[in-house]
Amino acid sequence: MEKIQDRINEQSPWQHITEGNKIFEAATSKDFCTGEWRTSTPVFESEKCKQCLLCIAVCPDSSIPVSAGKRTDFDYDHCKGCGICAKVCPFGAISMREGK
Amino acid sequence: MEQTAYNFKEVMSKPERLAPGHRMCAGCGGTITVRNVLRALKEEDKAVIGNATGCLEVSSFMYPYTAYEDSYIHNAFENAGATLSGVETAYNVLKKKGKIKDTYKFITFGGDGGTYDIGFQSLSGAMERGHDLVYVCYDNGAYMNTGTQRSSATPQYADTTTTPAGTVSAGKVQVRKDLAAIIAEHHVPYVGQTTFTSNFKDLYTKAQKAIYTPGAAFLNVMSPCPRGWGYEPSEIMTICKLATDTCYWPMFEVIDGKWILSYEPKKKLPIEDFLKPQRRFKHLFKKENEELIGKFQEEVDKLWEELKNRCN
Amino acid sequence: MAIRERLSGNEAVAYAIKQINPDVMPAFPITPSTEIPQYVATYIANGEIDTEFIHVESEHSAMSATIGASAAGARALTATSSCGMALMWEELYVAASDRLPIVLALVNRALSGPININADHSDSMGARDSGWIQIYAESNQEVYDNFIQAFPIAENANVHLPVMVCQDGFITSHGVENILLVEDEKVKAFVGEYEPEHYLLNPNEKMAVGPYAVSNYYMETKRAQREAMIAAKQVILDVAKKFEEMTGRKYAFFEEYRMEDAEYAVVIIGSAAGTCKAAIEHIRNTTGKKVGLVKIRVFRPFPEEEIAKALSKVKAIAIMDRSEMFSATGGPLGAEVRAALYQAKCNAEVVNYLYGLGGRDITTDDFETVYANLEKMAQTHEPIGMYEYIGLRTEQAKEAE
Repeated sequence: MEKIQDRINEQSPWQHITEGNKIFEAATSKDFCTGEWRTSTPVFESEKCKQCLLCIAVCPDSSIPVSAGKRTDFDYDHCKGCGICAKVCPFGAISMREGK
Repeated sequence: MEQTAYNFKEVMSKPERLAPGHRMCAGCGGTITVRNVLRALKEEDKAVIGNATGCLEVSSFMYPYTAYEDSYIHNAFENAGATLSGVETAYNVLKKKGKIKDTYKFITFGGDGGTYDIGFQSLSGAMERGHDLVYVCYDNGAYMNTGTQRSSATPQYADTTTTPAGTVSAGKVQVRKDLAAIIAEHHVPYVGQTTFTSNFKDLYTKAQKAIYTPGAAFLNVMSPCPRGWGYEPSEIMTICKLATDTCYWPMFEVIDGKWILSYEPKKKLPIEDFLKPQRRFKHLFKKENEELIGKFQEEVDKLWEELKNRCN
Repeated sequence: MAIRERLSGNEAVAYAIKQINPDVMPAFPITPSTEIPQYVATYIANGEIDTEFIHVESEHSAMSATIGASAAGARALTATSSCGMALMWEELYVAASDRLPIVLALVNRALSGPININADHSDSMGARDSGWIQIYAESNQEVYDNFIQAFPIAENANVHLPVMVCQDGFITSHGVENILLVEDEKVKAFVGEYEPEHYLLNPNEKMAVGPYAVSNYYMETKRAQREAMIAAKQVILDVAKKFEEMTGRKYAFFEEYRMEDAEYAVVIIGSAAGTCKAAIEHIRNTTGKKVGLVKIRVFRPFPEEEIAKALSKVKAIAIMDRSEMFSATGGPLGAEVRAALYQAKCNAEVVNYLYGLGGRDITTDDFETVYANLEKMAQTHEPIGMYEYIGLRTEQAKEAE
């Protein structure tokens, strides 16, 4: 799927700027990778996970996808590595690793 | 008002309405607030999200990247209340004229600067007129977007960039404005004050009530800022727990004028426990400032007693 | 058949609003525009229109709520004057930048301080760079006609810009005049049903409005905005043509009055043009001198080439400003018309006059003096000054008595 920056970017001529800077679609931020910012990375150990979902609510970056009532692995395109999820996990199923 | 029993797993399985890829700092409390408030929307309902200028706005709609799954409007710093009033009124007219069939809900977010201070008049107007909308203040106790300047929501003694602790200053002089109480005095049907608890039930149910109570509603959500407060970003839930267990940040709601306490700690912790992990209060732990912690405690105790009396 | 009535300028605007039946009107009282929201509130109270009124707590919120309503997909408008407009200043820019087809009924009044409730153009002239289309009126008839044309201009797909419909406080807003009203159904057909393409409440499309745009986008955004202002020129003329077909009343960027053979011309905006016309008739009838008038109707977009062309044959020009801009060298109309004349390599003598601040009267005698000065300038080729006042008390004038 074409990303928003393929259509509008910082090299776009003025004729390509949307009228009034409006964006006529939802959630285009998904096309921007904030995962680059990470200095430490959460690691999901699925065998320890009891699927309590406590980590879901605390993620500031909507980076723990839930599918059919179960969390899946991290969305590393966007996770900024804040480590809140690792702190709240009661089962030690998330550990933090240095670096990206 | 409809309200179903809180099922944490079901709630957490609802689709996200705040998309990833926004530019808020790692560990930001503001977006935790946004995500969990928006989660209280019924999946089938549409929404228009408003926003006062602030961290959230410049990070969540940086052209051409919107982080919202719903329609979104940012106008300026001081007018989120008025702007959403206009949107809500347009909805009523277009609905009446049969031009819109869907159900829309209206939720606007503002930081404490945009809510307690510069947007106070616009908020007051929107509340007084009784538009069917929710104003959510993500209260992080300072102007964080511009670099931690003092607001009227900043706690007393906090070291901010415009109330720096210095040789003859111990940080902010004044105590916090009690905005939730002031909005409750507008006789709106719903006011809630909350923060993050481990299962987010308090925030979720208050958001649900705020959104689905007809009329104007106000939510004040303490949303810690790791940079402005000076604590380790991963510690946010501990900070929130200490805020509620020291009664620094009481959780309550005001439904049609009736005050209800949402949480009373089994053991009220001393205020030091909340202050200690935060750099903005570091100077209070110097020998010469010891008595200030006592004064802080007195203020917390006074407000807590007042609140309990209101809730009786 | 047109309806003959006697209405004040405020009544005429309110009546046009009633006929258009817009969706949302947030407004806040301020003299001399207060009557407009009052009349609209009365129409609503009597079930005569579907408009929702928002009783905002300030003009800043009035424009903020108007922006919210317009972005949401409603036809939205407000009314204000003077300091009320100054308070919504920030929002004027946002409305234009967001490309929202909002209409503002502006009743021109002097800005504070000192506080003064009477007409001058300091409010709208101060907002001339905000990105709004500005249309001015001489009479109640013109205010009414301009107001009916405003939404079709603003909502045109090539434009999508807000429009300010200006009239002079008290002089036009409260003065009752004979007026020809267009029949309701004709107005409704002329303005049409509002069907925006993109809006917040569009069930088929999500929309986000009001981003943070970094410098790599900002300049291109402003250029695109200018394109809309350029396009507005043709649209303004097209709408005027359609209006003429409906009513027989002709409108353009400006009115040229007795300019066909004029040697001396006044350039002016607003109600004082009526006084100037009376002076022109008197001068022509008594002396035969060839005097004329260019009355600016559309100040934004600025019809630069057209104005220069209209003035290309005259010997001397007086550009009359009803607001200060404290460059210490002239007023805003003076500066812009001078620039247009320079660009057109016009050799006429030019003087810029300041008149009518805070409601100061201007009379036919004053205009006769202006034309006499123009004649003198044309003969001597010496300007009487770059920037002169009309009706200002000075020590020098007192001593000369």
